[in-house]
Amino acid sequence: MQEAMINKAKQLLADGTVSRVIGWKRGEFAYDITPAVFETAEELDKEFVYDDFTAANVSKYLVKESKKEGKILVFLKPCDTYSFNQLTKEHRVVRENVYIVGIPGGPKLDAEKIKAKGITGILSVKNENYTLKIDTVYGEEKMPFYEAVLDKCASCKSKKHVVYDELMGEEGDVLDSNRFDMVEKLENMAAQERYDFWREQLSKCIRCNACRNVCPACTCEKCVFDNPDSGVENKAPADSFEENMFHIIRAFHVAGRCTDCGECSRVCPQNIPLHLLNRKFIKDINSLYGEYQAGEDTTSRAPLNDYKQNDCEASVVHERGVE
Amino acid sequence: MKRIGVFVCHCGTNIAATVDVKAVAEALGHEPGVVISQDYQYMCSESGQNLVKNAIKEHNLTGVVVCSCSPRMHENTFRKAAASAGLNPYLVEIANIREQCSWIHKDIASATEKAIILGKAAVAKVHLNSPLTAGESPVVKRALVIGGGIAGIQTALDIAEAGFDVDIVEKNPTIGGKMAQIDKTFPTLDCAACILTPKMVEASQNEHITIHSFSEVADVKGFVGNFTVKIKKKARFVDETKCTGCGLCTEKCPMKKVPNEFNMGLDNRTAIYIPFAQAVPKVATIDPNHCMMLSKGKCGICSSVCSAGAIDYKQEDRFIEQKYGAIVVATGFNPINLDKYDEFAYNQCPDVVTSLELERLMNAAGPNGGTLLRPSDKTHPHKIVFVQCVGSRCDDSKGKPYCSKICCMYTAKHAMLIREKYPDTEVYVFYIDVRTPGKNFDEFYRRAVEQYNVHYIKGMVGKVTPRSDGKIDVQASDLLANEQLHIDADMVVLAAAIEPDKTARPLATMLTTQMDTNDFFTEAHPKLRPVESATAGIFLSGACQGPKDIPETVAQASAAAAKAIGLLVKNSITCNPCVAHSDELMCNGCSSCEKVCPYGAITYIDKEFKMPDRTIAVRRVASVNPAVCQGCGACTVACPSGAMDLSGFSNSQIMSEVDAICK
Repeated sequence: MQEAMINKAKQLLADGTVSRVIGWKRGEFAYDITPAVFETAEELDKEFVYDDFTAANVSKYLVKESKKEGKILVFLKPCDTYSFNQLTKEHRVVRENVYIVGIPGGPKLDAEKIKAKGITGILSVKNENYTLKIDTVYGEEKMPFYEAVLDKCASCKSKKHVVYDELMGEEGDVLDSNRFDMVEKLENMAAQERYDFWREQLSKCIRCNACRNVCPACTCEKCVFDNPDSGVENKAPADSFEENMFHIIRAFHVAGRCTDCGECSRVCPQNIPLHLLNRKFIKDINSLYGEYQAGEDTTSRAPLNDYKQNDCEASVVHERGVE
Repeated sequence: MKRIGVFVCHCGTNIAATVDVKAVAEALGHEPGVVISQDYQYMCSESGQNLVKNAIKEHNLTGVVVCSCSPRMHENTFRKAAASAGLNPYLVEIANIREQCSWIHKDIASATEKAIILGKAAVAKVHLNSPLTAGESPVVKRALVIGGGIAGIQTALDIAEAGFDVDIVEKNPTIGGKMAQIDKTFPTLDCAACILTPKMVEASQNEHITIHSFSEVADVKGFVGNFTVKIKKKARFVDETKCTGCGLCTEKCPMKKVPNEFNMGLDNRTAIYIPFAQAVPKVATIDPNHCMMLSKGKCGICSSVCSAGAIDYKQEDRFIEQKYGAIVVATGFNPINLDKYDEFAYNQCPDVVTSLELERLMNAAGPNGGTLLRPSDKTHPHKIVFVQCVGSRCDDSKGKPYCSKICCMYTAKHAMLIREKYPDTEVYVFYIDVRTPGKNFDEFYRRAVEQYNVHYIKGMVGKVTPRSDGKIDVQASDLLANEQLHIDADMVVLAAAIEPDKTARPLATMLTTQMDTNDFFTEAHPKLRPVESATAGIFLSGACQGPKDIPETVAQASAAAAKAIGLLVKNSITCNPCVAHSDELMCNGCSSCEKVCPYGAITYIDKEFKMPDRTIAVRRVASVNPAVCQGCGACTVACPSGAMDLSGFSNSQIMSEVDAICK
């Protein structure tokens, strides 16, 4: 795949379709893949990477990149195309300045899950018939592929690209992914039990803002959390209010616009399952206003930005909150 | 530093009986910035207003807080008073210590405490108030009347009389509404058609009136003086401009078994039809559900017999868009569905009919040509029982809680007409009580009892049972004689409750007007503004606002017209300066605000910004047209980055109010 992508990129650079390519390159470690922009064939040959760890959704980088001169080539996995559509809908990317090549998606791997097995000093990882062969400084280790799959890929919502200029490989389907199972489990908990669950999770937050920075729905010019007067500007949480509220406020801000790409949970260094907050919103919006998938298209009106005669009354929402 | 004056109103005992107004004035006097705080018996009176004016001049006030009734009632009064004293009217805030405080509390201590808190919130807000200037917006000199019954027709005629163009949108193929179905009208017993049809013709011939029959309002945008309305002209499969109304097509149509809705389904019509002889416009309409050509592609007889070439099977729904300055709602009423009333055997027995069905049975243009015959065997009935309040004055689970108002009178009319025409018929009327408030109404009812010997029996019918011999057993109670009655009736007439037309609810949503729990449109104020809705520029005419007889409907229709004319004669109206604006440095250009804006007030512009690194970036930012914005605030909550704000109700003002309340 990687080779095919490099060839495609080189070809589009050579014929002048695009002047830049956004992709990924290797970071410090084998599992540490980071987004990068390439301008020449040489750079592509040398650094361009696409493997089982290339999970990062690069669509948000296009907010800035698409406004620069010239067209940029981007490789989007199915999940990333939803984010891209949502950004287009919100006029955050200049669609004409982007050439999209749809590429098959995951499942991608989570290095944390490999490390959790006690495997450290990872040098390289190979997938052979769904068994991972992991070369470490301490020798070779093996583990089943599916035990190391990222959470977001384990409940993948779609293998279908919702936007592209060109597709590599075959078009997949929208999946029935049981992605609300965990949300339902939380809903069925008693209030105190649920509160304890979230307190335990959210108290781990170090306010690094990684979730905010990676989120394709978080694209405000000025973020509320950057306001020095707010008292919650980039810093470790000082009190439990902040610990509780930062993520809830963030989830509210992306409600109805979150494409459920799962990047927030993926980048969280503290492994907080942040996507569950967003999924709770998605599930509620679906049940109150009808099925809606943010980013599915660029024309429909988001349920929270729309008013229909059959919308539920406010009292319905209120009654649901009463326990 | 602000110099704020606080004025606490007693409102007679309305406020002062439950709120210690002196204590409120005293407490608010210590709030930061407050230089004068006093109470007065009637703040809205002339001397009360003078108090405010003088204080503004004497104390050089830069902000005024009036603790009184709801701003809906008197905000304008105090704004005007402030303006006449040289203070910008938008530096006046009202703390509602009547509706939201004294009226809902019994305990003086807690009401006083709450009044102080509400006052403090207003003081906190006025600290952040800034002077605002109102702009003006032009008025489109054309009115829309929704509904073409007697209410809509009268309103349109009156507006047209004043020289303004009016459009009537009527969902049925003809105008005329319920009145066209009625035989005679109370209390004068003149023929409904004789007084209605000339008005229908007058409306169709008036150069200022355009009738959109078989049409519906599909979308309403805009605001007072400047509504943009999308009208759906439903496909009638007949070219209105070509059809001469000769009726040949209706004679030749082979599909003759379609229930005739104009005759309440008591006889049949053809698939292509003209609702009744005096229909306006008098053009045919094809019912696509029953037309063989439209459903199966076989037939085409109407097309071949039509010499005008008006039949067009390919016609589709069309949409037209028109701008209006004022909208009058005249959607009228319908009798309720009687399916739930098994005890009256309405669904089991064809000789149990509703009053509106009786109207058609007795109408010369009805199914029996004016002779009253039983629907079942076409024999003359000799004993007729009228049942009042069927579904009216019921508990909510069964029917309507309100009195349908017109039934007592039309039943008296029916009873009288039957006794007049068929003196050999015995007529019974079962009533809870007879309600006849109206000019010459009680006299009319007494004539029915005294002159025409109609048997009025106080009591309700418990059960109606059709018998095998064709008679109907009516079991009822006579409450005055305290006995049970069994009457062998030939016919039973049910005075079904009336309810608003089903189209009223979605229409109200489009118009952003309010409805009561029964789906009647709510007037802005029952006594002060009875024909206006709470939404500016939208007026109410006829039974859409509540049950009404014809005289009342016509009176209200003319009143609504007068209000609409009052608006249309103005060249421009003063805009509300409390409009939205975006902080361009924070705006993302995401379009959320544009999408939620019900008035289309928001557009986007590309604007150059100097970036911190001295480069220039072009960004897409929201721009609000203040003449179009109505200050609803939908955009401020939709904006994900909080860039949208509302003048007069800014986020910081509301937060400071909340702070003052929580302190």
